[in-house]
Amino acid sequence: MKTAVRKILDKYSKDKTRLMDILIDVQSEFGFIPRDITVEIADDLGMSEVDVDQTISFYHFFSQKPRGRYQIFLNNSAVANMMGQAEVALTFMKELGIKINEVTPDGLVGLFETSCIGMNDQEPAAIINNHIFTKLTPFRAKEIVRDIKEGKSMDDMVVADYGDGENRSDLIKSVVTNNIRKLGPILDRNYKVGQAIEKITKMTPEQVIDEVKKSNIRGRGGAGFPTGLKWEFCRNAAGEKKYIFCNADEGEPGTFKDRVILTERPRLLFEGMVVAGYAVGATEGILYIRHEYKYLQQYLESILAKARETNYLGKNIQGKKGFNFEIRIQFGAGAYVCGEESALIESAEGKRGEPRDRPPFPVEKGYMDMPTVVNNVETLCSVVKVILNGGDWYKSFGTTESTGTKLLSISGDCKFPGVYEVAWGFSINDILDMVGTGKDEVQAIQVGGPSGAIIAANEFNRILGYEDLATGGSLIIVGKNREILNDLVLNFTEFFIEESCGSCSTCRIVPTLLKDKLVKILNARGVKQDIDDMVDWGRILKASRCGLGQTAANPILSSIKNFRHLYEEKIQKNKIFDSGFDLSAAVKESCKATGRIPNI
Amino acid sequence: MSQFVRFTIDGTECMATRGQYLVDAAKENGIYVPTLCNYPGVKPKGGCRICTVRVNGKLMTACTTPVAEGMNIECDVKDIVELRKSIIELLFIEGNHFCPACEKSGNCELQALAYRFRMLVPRFPYQFPLRKVDASHPRIIKEQNRCILCKRCIRAIKDEHGKSIFAYRRRSLSVEVVVDPKLGKQLTEELAQKAMDVCPVGSIIVKEKGFITPIGERKYDNAPIGSDIENMQITTL
Repeated sequence: MKTAVRKILDKYSKDKTRLMDILIDVQSEFGFIPRDITVEIADDLGMSEVDVDQTISFYHFFSQKPRGRYQIFLNNSAVANMMGQAEVALTFMKELGIKINEVTPDGLVGLFETSCIGMNDQEPAAIINNHIFTKLTPFRAKEIVRDIKEGKSMDDMVVADYGDGENRSDLIKSVVTNNIRKLGPILDRNYKVGQAIEKITKMTPEQVIDEVKKSNIRGRGGAGFPTGLKWEFCRNAAGEKKYIFCNADEGEPGTFKDRVILTERPRLLFEGMVVAGYAVGATEGILYIRHEYKYLQQYLESILAKARETNYLGKNIQGKKGFNFEIRIQFGAGAYVCGEESALIESAEGKRGEPRDRPPFPVEKGYMDMPTVVNNVETLCSVVKVILNGGDWYKSFGTTESTGTKLLSISGDCKFPGVYEVAWGFSINDILDMVGTGKDEVQAIQVGGPSGAIIAANEFNRILGYEDLATGGSLIIVGKNREILNDLVLNFTEFFIEESCGSCSTCRIVPTLLKDKLVKILNARGVKQDIDDMVDWGRILKASRCGLGQTAANPILSSIKNFRHLYEEKIQKNKIFDSGFDLSAAVKESCKATGRIPNI
Repeated sequence: MSQFVRFTIDGTECMATRGQYLVDAAKENGIYVPTLCNYPGVKPKGGCRICTVRVNGKLMTACTTPVAEGMNIECDVKDIVELRKSIIELLFIEGNHFCPACEKSGNCELQALAYRFRMLVPRFPYQFPLRKVDASHPRIIKEQNRCILCKRCIRAIKDEHGKSIFAYRRRSLSVEVVVDPKLGKQLTEELAQKAMDVCPVGSIIVKEKGFITPIGERKYDNAPIGSDIENMQITTL
């Protein structure tokens, strides 16, 4: 055991800022992170045990207890549930004889749930030992359990044909499908590697920034900060080293477009990082990818290796003296909040993914306290096209406020879930037509994932864009037969509870109180005051440090705003107060034990 | 660039040194911004959110935001005071705080803030969490029922090599502040006392030292928290 740990520590030169990588390797080597290894890591890195422990215990995919030789993580996102996750989960439990969060007594299989894994267009899905399984059925669950018991290898457990495109390549070999339904200028298949890099070697960094500014492109992660301006701030910030981060932590339930880019257009993305590096004056790029996409690791590493061979990465890129840029991949370990740029930086430094206080912003003081640009996957890809075709060309797509195109991840109750590239300004009605869903079949659309808003048919004429419905691209279509409060709002609220880093008092405590109110209403014990309380208490979250906390009440607040009748149908009309406490249920067990009858 | 900046708090003209945190800048002008997770001399971490103010229309924490020229700060306004009060209530219902039986009563900042904000019964339901008391260390007791997760001890108390003695564990609702098993045992008397002093509530108690100061002679027994700042003589810059 000792030698294996030593080897891992040496691999990362005993650098404590690489703690995430060290822990990921230990977790994968031993299936969990035993206490004695934690102590050993702490001693070797010159840290205290609790400091290592605080990183381990923060991330969902790290474990301090054995989790089984096969670790099954079932996605429990709203769309997974809509597509029949419950039946699949029940089958796994029955076949394995364990509940969720348990390991079989022989230590063979552990069964867990996990937040959205970026497969919303092919749910129910699961991750087993870093391999993705999609479109699960109870039948398939039985097969998987049988294969595990027979000791089959992960590769042999795949019975379906591999997915489309690069998913079939030797280095991925996954059943995941891309489901690209509509190509646009960014996903365009005529992309040729390196043209933008060659072009910028003849430009000054300022010219590159000017072209990006001219395009008016705004960050595609959701916040919509102008990309050119971000680069300029970073370029002008003082610091002996600068960094480009690509945020590929896409954790917003319902979004999966970055996964498709990482699979089909990784060279475009890396080229975008090199362009950003040149413009900003950064020499190092870090691609931060969520752990759920670990199955893409070898493939992405091979592409980086090829880029080094062809001098699109490395020193004096394409003969341009002093144009040096390297990229490394940093995996996360299961934490939605790491999609927040400063939490992502903390995580990449080996710490808990807790958002930082701002100011200072990452462009002034980011990774290792140096000026850092954090851009979304899609933003960096778009920038390559801006450089190749010019800012004016880019502005010819979309609206004045929102230029260019947007990749949408569409899932839920529609005929053709998948990734669509459309120009900004597209209306929700057009989207429904595009994905093959009749307006009479739709009850609501969740725009922008749980942190966005749920809208009803009277708003389907609204358009996607920063001037109207701003979105990171997640659209979940909710059919007529869905119970919005139970299937979506409750699921999303539980998601925010699970994913809070816990450092702000507001975000740590309020979502649970809101959930309890919602459950009370769903249990037919609610009164009007409960709805009013949810609205009042939800506002407290606006004082939270980061976007996660500030939007954690959005599922409840936006559904109260747009679907208030669903709440009102469920509350008691003849009561103004109900404690929600069921006394007879609470004393049932003790009454049974003592043979008494509850006196209520 | 001048060393000083001008700004307003609730309409009052103020002046402070450029780059100072808002909470300190306000203090120099005799204005008290309630804080809880903030501690003098320790890097701020905007965790409790009680010092939230509105800067040019945007909610910011006064403990982490540097003051800048022309800032228009709203501090003592109805909705923000109500927000602070609700946060204090949240902290009460989140843990198990029984003031009359607590060693820190009278020296406790959470209790003092509750008095200052005239908290009676919290609007939120008590959560009554099951939490443990860690008395395994020779000098201190870590009373998890009272911990408000402010991170003061984490940030302020380090051993001679700069290693953490206190740290967060887990996340979300199950987050807790734990003591390093090894370093907790080696804690010096001086650091143990410092840890107790740094803790705003009664979550870190030095064994056998809890009642050294008698009730009635404690920090907030006679004057409310913040009154020292409000009654301060202001020296003009």
